[in-house]
Amino acid sequence: MSENNGTILSVSDLKTYFMTEDGVVKAVDGISFELKKGETLGIVGESGSGKSVTNLSVMRLIQEPPGKIAGGQIVFDGIDVLGLPIDEVRKIRGKRIAMIFQDPMTSLNPFLKISKQLMEVTQLHLGHSKKQAYDHAVKMLKMVGISDAEERIGSYPHEFSGGMRQRVMIAMALSCDPELLIADEPTTALDVTIQAQILELIKDLKARMGTSVILITHDLGVVAGMTDKIVVMYAGKVFEQAPTRELFATPANPYTKGLLKSVPDPAHEQGNPLYQIPGLPPDVAHLPPGCPFADRCYRVEEICHREFPPFVQINENHHSLCHFANEVYEESKKEKLATDGHR
Amino acid sequence: MVENVEIIKGTSLWRDAWKRLLKNKLAVFGLVVLAIMALLVIFGPEIIYLTTGFTADGIPEDGNLIKSFPPSLIHPMGTDEAGRDMLARVLQGGRISLMVGIISTFVSLIVGVSYGAIAGYLGGRIDNLMMRVVDMIYAIPYILIVIVLLSVFGGQNTPGWISFLSDTFGGAGNQGLSQIFMLFFALGLVSWLTMARVVRGQVLSLKNQEFVVAAKATGVSTFGIIFRHLVPNTLGPVIVYATLTVPSVMLTEAFLSYLGLGVQAPFASWGSLASDGIRNIAIFPWQLIFPGLTMALTLFSLNFLGDGLRDALDPQTRKF
Repeated sequence: MSENNGTILSVSDLKTYFMTEDGVVKAVDGISFELKKGETLGIVGESGSGKSVTNLSVMRLIQEPPGKIAGGQIVFDGIDVLGLPIDEVRKIRGKRIAMIFQDPMTSLNPFLKISKQLMEVTQLHLGHSKKQAYDHAVKMLKMVGISDAEERIGSYPHEFSGGMRQRVMIAMALSCDPELLIADEPTTALDVTIQAQILELIKDLKARMGTSVILITHDLGVVAGMTDKIVVMYAGKVFEQAPTRELFATPANPYTKGLLKSVPDPAHEQGNPLYQIPGLPPDVAHLPPGCPFADRCYRVEEICHREFPPFVQINENHHSLCHFANEVYEESKKEKLATDGHR
Repeated sequence: MVENVEIIKGTSLWRDAWKRLLKNKLAVFGLVVLAIMALLVIFGPEIIYLTTGFTADGIPEDGNLIKSFPPSLIHPMGTDEAGRDMLARVLQGGRISLMVGIISTFVSLIVGVSYGAIAGYLGGRIDNLMMRVVDMIYAIPYILIVIVLLSVFGGQNTPGWISFLSDTFGGAGNQGLSQIFMLFFALGLVSWLTMARVVRGQVLSLKNQEFVVAAKATGVSTFGIIFRHLVPNTLGPVIVYATLTVPSVMLTEAFLSYLGLGVQAPFASWGSLASDGIRNIAIFPWQLIFPGLTMALTLFSLNFLGDGLRDALDPQTRKF
């Protein structure tokens, strides 16, 4: 909408905590990002970095207790999601914001026919009659590329392969023509060829329907070809935020650099051991006072252990959470020039 | 090239379970016996009345002459103390016994499944409170609750809505019938406890599965998630448990009728028939043996069927 400059979703300073026996786990601690209409945002990070929790928070799907959205603001198309009563949130879920889950094997109800599950959404949100909902379901299945949809619609989930189930999930998510689609690692449980098909499908449908997409993944290869900008998360914080091309070309954060280096490159690294970031992600229940990445960082200095790093703005769209963001950025630039010259 | 591909028909979990059930000889035996018993009990008394004129509850005019006759061609199971045909009475009693079993199980099914599913899904403090209530009722011997309920609310003091039900379905102003309806209600009231626990356990393990989150994410209401997504997934254990509840409720009914608290003359149930028969066991044994045998056969069949269903619906535990 024009009054919010085409922004469909803006998350500012979101804090989602979990009260556990081990103390307060700050799964998401002060995350901010914005998504414009028709854009695709990638959220990247290791397991446990708070990617999924961020998006469950947007949908208000955090279990309370033990979870709690402790602060911040989520504005979807001008609506303050966190301030809405739950009945109103339910009207948004599935209709205006839809979600695709990681494991298509478990995210369909094993006891209900595909038709029932697809029809439920449109009957709920669009007020479809049974007949309308059924026809719509067949249409959606065709759209996501399931051949002989008329016959397959009466099947149970266990009669579908993983890739087909994920197609069904996508059909379900797109049934009400949502404005925002959140895909939580949609291809992690699938094999590589199916992965490419599913990503192509999402890309294609997005182009056709003009949906904005948030793509959560730990696979940098997946986001590279799909997204307009990327948020890198670590220990519940945004470590770096930049347009996709810039992030890949000139990362300004040691963690992002580490992630990029961890992607195997068969052409250059033959015979060499694969790179990995040393150490393990920190326990978010007991974070040290300084930078949470300090123990694993290749250019750690004394200040990193002592003080929490600032969120440095490199240029208009590029931010990085590091004491030495500018230095790392320059370093990346030089490296890029060197490799470009080398080629 | 794809024209000739045969369309594979979906095999649902139910059809799979049905196939496994049919392989189980004891379960099939139970199923057949139950089907025959149901037909006999439903149509038997009418057929006997139409062909011979004997009824189950009316005392025949020549009753004094044919009191406690041994089994014969005219009276295959003999006659009782009042000269009534035992076969007609056993079938009539079966009607009530089976109805007690089925209706009480139905009551326990509705109460127990909803209660357990709601407690399990909502969790936390509500779950705690709801299940402690169950524990408390559990702690009191259930037969005691039923006896208290029947003696307080039975007879003259039957609550209005139960009399209303029995008037609507049975015929107005029938005291004995409203007593029987009270029995359905009282037995249902105590037999839902285990059902609630079974369902709660199932829901607890199901509610964190991804398809529940996915359903939430599509905007389904809490009610919809519990009753459309979770309850169908618990049906396997629920059906098994229900088939095993029917015989246990029937046994309780027999026990209560035997004590004189349940079904009373002129109505008959297998329990009350046995209770009448035991008085004359030394002289007229058929008055005990026939209702007893019929009941035993039915209970066996129900238990066989229940075991068979358990094996069929839970493939992991089945023996090869």
